[in-house]
Amino acid sequence: MDVPATRYSIVAAVRSGDAEVRRTGLDALVAVYWKPVYKYLRVKWRLSGDDASDTTQEFFARAIEKSFFVAFDPAKGRFRTFLRTCLDRFAANERKAAARLKRGGGQSIVPLDFETAEGELRQHDVAAPADVDEYFHREWIRSLLALAVDDLRVEYARLGKTIQFRAFERYDLDAPASGADVTYADIARELGVSAADVTNYLSGARKTFRRFLLARLESVCGGRAEFEAEARELLRGGFR
Amino acid sequence: MTWLPDAAVERLRDVADWPAPTSDRYEILEPLARGGMGTVYVARDRHLDRRVALKVLSATATEAGAARMREEAQILARLEHPGIVPVYDVGLLDDGRVFYVMKLVDGARLDRHVVDRPLVERLRLFTRICDPVAFAHARGVIHRDLKPENVMVGSFGEVLVMDWGVAQVQEISDFRFQISDFHSVVGTRGYMAPEQARGEPVDARADVYALGGILHFLLTGAPPDEGALRGPRTLRAICQKARAGAAADRYPDVLPLAADVDRFLAGEPTVASPDTPLERVTRFARKHRAAIVLVAAYLVLRVVIAWLAP
Repeated sequence: MDVPATRYSIVAAVRSGDAEVRRTGLDALVAVYWKPVYKYLRVKWRLSGDDASDTTQEFFARAIEKSFFVAFDPAKGRFRTFLRTCLDRFAANERKAAARLKRGGGQSIVPLDFETAEGELRQHDVAAPADVDEYFHREWIRSLLALAVDDLRVEYARLGKTIQFRAFERYDLDAPASGADVTYADIARELGVSAADVTNYLSGARKTFRRFLLARLESVCGGRAEFEAEARELLRGGFR
Repeated sequence: MTWLPDAAVERLRDVADWPAPTSDRYEILEPLARGGMGTVYVARDRHLDRRVALKVLSATATEAGAARMREEAQILARLEHPGIVPVYDVGLLDDGRVFYVMKLVDGARLDRHVVDRPLVERLRLFTRICDPVAFAHARGVIHRDLKPENVMVGSFGEVLVMDWGVAQVQEISDFRFQISDFHSVVGTRGYMAPEQARGEPVDARADVYALGGILHFLLTGAPPDEGALRGPRTLRAICQKARAGAAADRYPDVLPLAADVDRFLAGEPTVASPDTPLERVTRFARKHRAAIVLVAAYLVLRVVIAWLAP
């Protein structure tokens, strides 16, 4: 299959005796989850922007410090459900500990761009989603896809495939976002290539995009079975 | 991180799984159905200018899954029967995933087709479903997932048994495969024979059990685990015999089951429900009605003549 052969599950990563493996696994986890966690805290727990960013930082810092993801049992459910349960418990405890004061206020494990997340929240108008579980899931999917797009951008920049990435960006990101009816011929004209080139560029970019997406997904799943189940939901063969 | 609005999220979820065949022969048009192992798309065969069904292995399938899909195509290719969907081609997508191309069946699934159809028509359809299954058994292939959703009725009334993805091939003379999941638990609750659900080896009688489930559905409109068995006593007996808990108590194969339903349609006694003495007399009377009327008329005439005679 078109997924890197050596993979690490989040379970293996958090339990690893090798600090470097643990670090890599947790970095992958934070990359995918920080935005959904931040937005979830803003939306479900009604935290202010500052409190939500502090709590997000503290949540991941504490998770790493206290290794509470080690308790995850893949037989009992999916990792994202487990993480959300941990998050709810953590947020509830934080609320109880009313005297937050400065505890953990400036503690930062990775530079997270909360301003952007806040901007997305405003843009997206999710003051009161009907189903917060579904909201968290959706933001998680958005986060995975966005990371895979970034991976593709970096990879294509490294390979000097700027035009190829541009074709992908125009057809699969910009066009649906703007609602414009863009054809391969339009993009071909814009980029000064043939429509057949655009077909090839898109085919190649989508294939690489899928590879990055599945790799990102697998890095935050509890094992092969969970990964397959999550991937089936994520990649649905055009089904809604 | 790139900001993705909802529309871009939807597009990316679709394109990430959209198949790209290595040759330009097939143009993928739209998704048709999704199963455990993969997705079936409607595609256009540019060489022959016709619409076909293209089944693509799931993006997350393991090597064993890929092997299983190739086997499914090979099994289908060897089962040349008007009641089994024909395979045209096998190929690879640009990402290495396996796909195979088969006839695009223009029709409806059995469960949707039979709504409001008379019982006799439903029973005739049933016996036609039995034909390709019996044909496959004769070639050592057990379907293992027969259910109304896996049977298509074409626009000209043709019946096609679909989805041989979990079929098991038994070793017989010149027809042999190594199946990776030979004894694994596959099938659908309600239609799956008890021995199959236990993961034990199965034979043709597992398909007999599933066909009994289809007969149950045709009689009641509901799967066997969702509604009590209703209908004429003889048909209930046929259904119960096909669905006996112990394989030894079932019909030994599909043809005797189909033959019993045919006997019911012809008004003849069945194996599943032998006649009581009274039924035997009634059936005899019905069958020889003309002769009985003649004899009776003759006897009445004789009595009348005898009475009138001086």
